[in-house]
Amino acid sequence: MSKKLLLKHDHEPGIQTYEVYRKHGGYASVEKALKTMTPEAVVEEVKKSGLRGRGGAGFPTGMKWSFLAKPEGVPRYLVCNADESEPGTFKDRYLMSRIPHYLIEGMITSSFALGANTSYIYVRGEYYYVIAILEKAIKEAYAAGWLGKNILGTGFDHDMYVQPGGGAYICGEETALLESLEGKRGNPRIKPPFPAVKGLWGCPTVVNNVETIAAVVPIVNDGGEAYAAIGIGKSTGTKLISASGHINKPGVYEIELGLPVEEFINSDEYCGGVWKGRKLKAVVAGGSSVPVLPADLIMKTAAGEPRLMSYESLADGGFASGTMLGSGGFIVMDETASVVKNLWTFARFYHHESCGQCSPCREGTGWMEKVLHKIVHGHGEMKDIDLLWDLQRKIEGNTICPLGDAAAWPVASAIRHFRSEFEEMINSHAVEHA
Amino acid sequence: MLKVTIDGQTIEVPEGTTILQAARMLGPEVAPPAMCYYSTLETSGGYCRTCIVKVTKGSEKDPRPMPKPVASCRTMVMDGMEVQNKTSPELLEARKGVVEFLLANHPLDCPVCDQAGECHLQDLSFEHGAESTRYEFERRTFEKIDIGPNVQLHMTRCILCYRCVKVADQLTPGRSHGVLNRGDASEISTYIEKSIDNEFSGNVIDVCPVGALTDKTFRFKNRVWFTKPMDAHRECDKCSGKVALWFKGADVLRVTGRKDAFGEVEEFICNTCRFEKKDAADWKIEGPRVIDHKSVISSNHYLANNQVPDFAFREVADYKAIEDKPVQPVPAQNQLNN
Repeated sequence: MSKKLLLKHDHEPGIQTYEVYRKHGGYASVEKALKTMTPEAVVEEVKKSGLRGRGGAGFPTGMKWSFLAKPEGVPRYLVCNADESEPGTFKDRYLMSRIPHYLIEGMITSSFALGANTSYIYVRGEYYYVIAILEKAIKEAYAAGWLGKNILGTGFDHDMYVQPGGGAYICGEETALLESLEGKRGNPRIKPPFPAVKGLWGCPTVVNNVETIAAVVPIVNDGGEAYAAIGIGKSTGTKLISASGHINKPGVYEIELGLPVEEFINSDEYCGGVWKGRKLKAVVAGGSSVPVLPADLIMKTAAGEPRLMSYESLADGGFASGTMLGSGGFIVMDETASVVKNLWTFARFYHHESCGQCSPCREGTGWMEKVLHKIVHGHGEMKDIDLLWDLQRKIEGNTICPLGDAAAWPVASAIRHFRSEFEEMINSHAVEHA
Repeated sequence: MLKVTIDGQTIEVPEGTTILQAARMLGPEVAPPAMCYYSTLETSGGYCRTCIVKVTKGSEKDPRPMPKPVASCRTMVMDGMEVQNKTSPELLEARKGVVEFLLANHPLDCPVCDQAGECHLQDLSFEHGAESTRYEFERRTFEKIDIGPNVQLHMTRCILCYRCVKVADQLTPGRSHGVLNRGDASEISTYIEKSIDNEFSGNVIDVCPVGALTDKTFRFKNRVWFTKPMDAHRECDKCSGKVALWFKGADVLRVTGRKDAFGEVEEFICNTCRFEKKDAADWKIEGPRVIDHKSVISSNHYLANNQVPDFAFREVADYKAIEDKPVQPVPAQNQLNN
């Protein structure tokens, strides 16, 4: 059994309630931080821990926190990004619905570190039942004195609100989320200024993923160094992985970063192997946006090293032969799956979710979807593969927010590693129609 | 002052200047094309991506190049910055891609579009686009919508630059104008076709870079290159009253703001001046207007021998029909060479 932090008590009966959560050591980090530490000391521990953003980008959290502007007389905000909408990712839903107090505890401790007296949890609208769970838990936390005025008699005030999203993937992009939270159309803002300087209502704001904020709890409890001792290299701590697709045991697993991919797929502790005794074909390792890798490249790097579940190892080889840890949405495809059909599904998603603000993404995502539709439905031509390649290349890096990249990478990687599958699909239909 | 080098030309600019503004100071030949940025509209820019440039040196302090192309209209100049626009083939290729995306769902109905001849998309595609399209699917279309009695919205032609939304936000109080829907189904809307009933609403026509917002009092009256622009003014209690009149013979076919080399109006004008004063007698004529903006038509890309036609630069004497008006033959000053 590997080290568990976030999901240590997820199977305790009644862990959703305040009493049971408290019995298992809940809210100790708030007590420790508020009573024995300064906000700066908490930030220092987070820096020491090497914690990196768990939403997908993997940016060092301590550094993000230290960028927060602190002008006199201006409120600061902590916003939790719970707009989990990346296809293949469902870890935050599990954490929030199983142990809602874990997030709330992390929010209070983090807010103390940032000097934020108000925080928001922006939850994906489709997670309506999770919103109910969170609201109940917040009520319990208020009743127990962990929220409100003068918490633990330390003079620290904090209020927390849950805001349901309107059902847009784009609102998981931090500035679009802030726009939406302000009651506006969820379009990403043009950066700079970054939220750390001008965020919610023009005030300095930190936006963190659910899992990132939750990870602050063990960091404060056990110290940043203890957290940094878990994991491998710059990939410290544990990570929640949402495993789905053609495996025997889909679900949410907490892994110690650095676990070999092969073990993760085949071990009975995790995925339990590819289902029905079939062969592994491909894996999308970090949610739909990251490049898809064929079986040999996901098990071993191009240099022949075993591939590990860590930010560095998965990215080894760049996009030529590597991918990204992303949000931890681990999608497994067996030998019967069609990478091209799967890509079409992803392309439909990005077309549907593009906000339409900037031209390459607005027009390009729809265009790529139409070309893929054409190929999948038997009308593809060889030139369409080159067209797709060219379109993704012209979207990538030329958009306001990363949605354009997210739409381009799956297309690029599918063509890079599975070009023959496109050709076969086009050829077989060409024969049929001859 | 900050030093910035764009395509090998160096200029010193005050702090807070964007790369695009700096490039415009160097001249229209250096400036990247911009379809959504409008200097007088706050928060405009960043959407269309045509003004992207390559920053090969971030600044003197931090000389690292920027990893991706940046929108020059929203990126501030740093001291010692080095920028490539037309000198980078990769960048031109990326821009070509942007133009292709802008045109993917554009109807290309230039022969019947009132904007043709002064359309920025037409110019952009001529200078930066490909000869033919690779888009083979049905194009997006919308029904035409009336925005009040004088403005028509033809969403099919729109490139979603958001300039008209900014006008509605910043120039006219009580906004009822914005964007509906998402992605490539986005559309400019006045919220269930509620008209913008405001004295400055007509400016949405002037800021529109394409033929999506047109002047109903001018629709299908004439091609812009057959009309003659004259600077004129009148006493107006709402705006400066400084306009450009577009003549056909003795008739004023339309009234617009005075546009500079980058297609931006010098001053926004009111609806009374724009729509209701169509009699030459209403105006004090200053003289013929020099059109600085090089359009496809005015650059005469269509002539084999590359001669520059002078339709916009004719002598005042040519305007025989308005000879009896008190014309002062003072040529409008060239924005760039003064």
